[in-house]
Amino acid sequence: MLASALVVILIASALGYWWNRRAAQALLEAGCHPHSTPRYHGLYAFLLVAVPSFLFLVFWLAFEGPIIDAVILAQLPDEVARQLDENGRRLLLSEIDALAVGRVFKEAEPWKHALAAERQRLEILADRALLGLVTLLAGAILLHARRRVSAAFRARQRAERIVSGIMIASALVAILTTLGIVASLMAEALRFFHKVPVAEFLFGLRWEPQIAIRADQVAGQGAFGWIPVLVGTLLITVIALVVAVPVGLLSAIYLNEFASPRFRRLAKPVLEILAGVPTIVYGFFAVLTVAPALRAAGVALGIPVSPNTALAAGSVMGIMLIPFISSFADDALSAVPRTLRDGSLALGATRGETMLKVLFPSAIPGIVGGVLLAVSRAIGETMIVVMAAGIIAKLTFNPLDSVTTVTVQIVTLLIGDTEFDNPKTLAAFALGLMLFLITLGINVVALKVVRRYRELYD
Amino acid sequence: MQDNAATEAKTADTATGGSGAARARVTLGAAGRETERPVKIAARNVNVWYGDTHAIKDVSIDILDKTVTAFIGPSGCGKSTFLRCFNRMNDTIETARVKGEIRLDGEDIYAPEQDPVLLRARVGMVFQKPNPFPKSIYDNVAYGPRIHGLARNRAELDEIVETSLRRAALWDEVKDRLDDMGTGLSGGQQQRLCIARAIATSPEVLLMDEPASALDPIATAQIEELIYELREQYSVVIVTHSMQQAARVSEKTAFFHLGELVEFGDTGQIFTNPRDPRTESYITGRIG
Repeated sequence: MLASALVVILIASALGYWWNRRAAQALLEAGCHPHSTPRYHGLYAFLLVAVPSFLFLVFWLAFEGPIIDAVILAQLPDEVARQLDENGRRLLLSEIDALAVGRVFKEAEPWKHALAAERQRLEILADRALLGLVTLLAGAILLHARRRVSAAFRARQRAERIVSGIMIASALVAILTTLGIVASLMAEALRFFHKVPVAEFLFGLRWEPQIAIRADQVAGQGAFGWIPVLVGTLLITVIALVVAVPVGLLSAIYLNEFASPRFRRLAKPVLEILAGVPTIVYGFFAVLTVAPALRAAGVALGIPVSPNTALAAGSVMGIMLIPFISSFADDALSAVPRTLRDGSLALGATRGETMLKVLFPSAIPGIVGGVLLAVSRAIGETMIVVMAAGIIAKLTFNPLDSVTTVTVQIVTLLIGDTEFDNPKTLAAFALGLMLFLITLGINVVALKVVRRYRELYD
Repeated sequence: MQDNAATEAKTADTATGGSGAARARVTLGAAGRETERPVKIAARNVNVWYGDTHAIKDVSIDILDKTVTAFIGPSGCGKSTFLRCFNRMNDTIETARVKGEIRLDGEDIYAPEQDPVLLRARVGMVFQKPNPFPKSIYDNVAYGPRIHGLARNRAELDEIVETSLRRAALWDEVKDRLDDMGTGLSGGQQQRLCIARAIATSPEVLLMDEPASALDPIATAQIEELIYELREQYSVVIVTHSMQQAARVSEKTAFFHLGELVEFGDTGQIFTNPRDPRTESYITGRIG
């Protein structure tokens, strides 16, 4: 029924376009000089019909379910209604819903069958009403739009205003979603900070969230200090960057300036494939290949290496970031005007000198932006570290030791038994909030740096 | 020198008007430059292809030392392409192929043992759009000398920078702000900075690819005056769209059409008494 409603809207809108366009064309041929071209008259009618009808459809669908539920609940037998709490009502409604579509799990009472039939009836009624109302609405607007066609009518401005309204709404969706995510994160994090003091979380050196689930240790101090988790995250990020930045930059410089077109044609897609590898595959690679190799090397050299090392996770994450940095740097280098390159070459500079003294400095804003975005990704990366880094939070800077990261902790805290009034579970949201703040900070810094360099080089 | 420029400009103006051929030749002679000057660049049967496009067809020309030679012709006639053969800048374009012989002081610059990097230090180039590096004014001019190790210490480098800026008639305007960004100058100043940058490597030939086409009339006049002075030391080859400009600054003019060199001769003769009908129709059909 939803599909038919959409088809009705589409047909009505197309009809409006055609009708108004023809009317405006007729005006034109009659020797009038309409303010807007027939195309804009058509577009105006199209938008005027499509947008409100579609919004009506969306609102209807949003309220249809709850209203039907309310009607059903009102018809419950009194003795049943009295016994039910909120959860029970929800359970009963979904049972009736299942009955209505013919899924029967157990023999139901007759009154439930009656309500299911009632529900079915209501749904069909609602669907028909929807179709009828949409048709009516679209038709009414269609007539209204047609009547507005005249030589003086500014259809172009009106249509442009509707289009810009649609664009503003789209932008708002993205912004509001972000705000919503932040708000929900904040709410849960605040609940956590009611149970665990902020200072303890921010400055504590011990992270042992799993023991806090026991009733006698709820007040246990020091168990929720996130510093070891943060240090682990930063350690792995630094290792990843040490791998990714030099390799990424050098490969970008080579591909951009020195590689033959044939090699470039071959290498660029391969780099892009590397960027498309799912991170879980990188995780396999870290666990099954890199970690054992490091361990074997450690044994051979007589250095203690733990099974889950920061080095394994970090270096594989670095490999993951190479195409990211490389393509950013490549874009930044390509964006340097060709005239600068020619100017340097014409002065007798070699291609290497040109790259080092002119192209690279000019491309720095883009490169810095890319590296900082890579940092954000490294900090937020989850799968590789879940597989290859440790779970126990250890405060260490040794890359051959096992460390854990913010993302790993969030995953482990939310897997298995969760209780949303327990600090163990809520801690995940506090960590998530910190992760959000860190990435936000890095992005702000990235923008600042990029802007400063841009002032310098423009 | 300024007087010379004025006379020359005036002469050329009359010349483009289509009269006073005799006077033009006399004035050119009066500048005292009718002496035989050696050939700096000799091009023989040069052909250039961009992919499948035959951009330059069998062009031969002699560029004299300490002379301003102008390349004129309609857009897409290959004059810039030909100019870029002289410092092998066409090498930087993947699809470009150059055939033929170009000799600089008798040396074949396309010979296998020739290093284009060293060649470009001897043959400087100024581009259509001013392209100062995003560096300080000082560093822009010092770029070439640093790369080629022309200065042994900071004092010598300072000296080169100052001399180059003076020759480019920019010193007085920037001497107090050498550390400012070169990109912060006005368009005309930027172009003179680019000329200073090209001069700083002490080239023997200066190639100019429509150096004033992106500039306003005042800046254009300054650049033209500068070009006129530069011929005392360098062999200057200038590509231009403006025939008045060619007439004002050059002593020799070459007219290109569809990749061919149609006519080459003294500027006065080309503008007053063209031998080829194509030259004549171009000159009379489009002025300025």
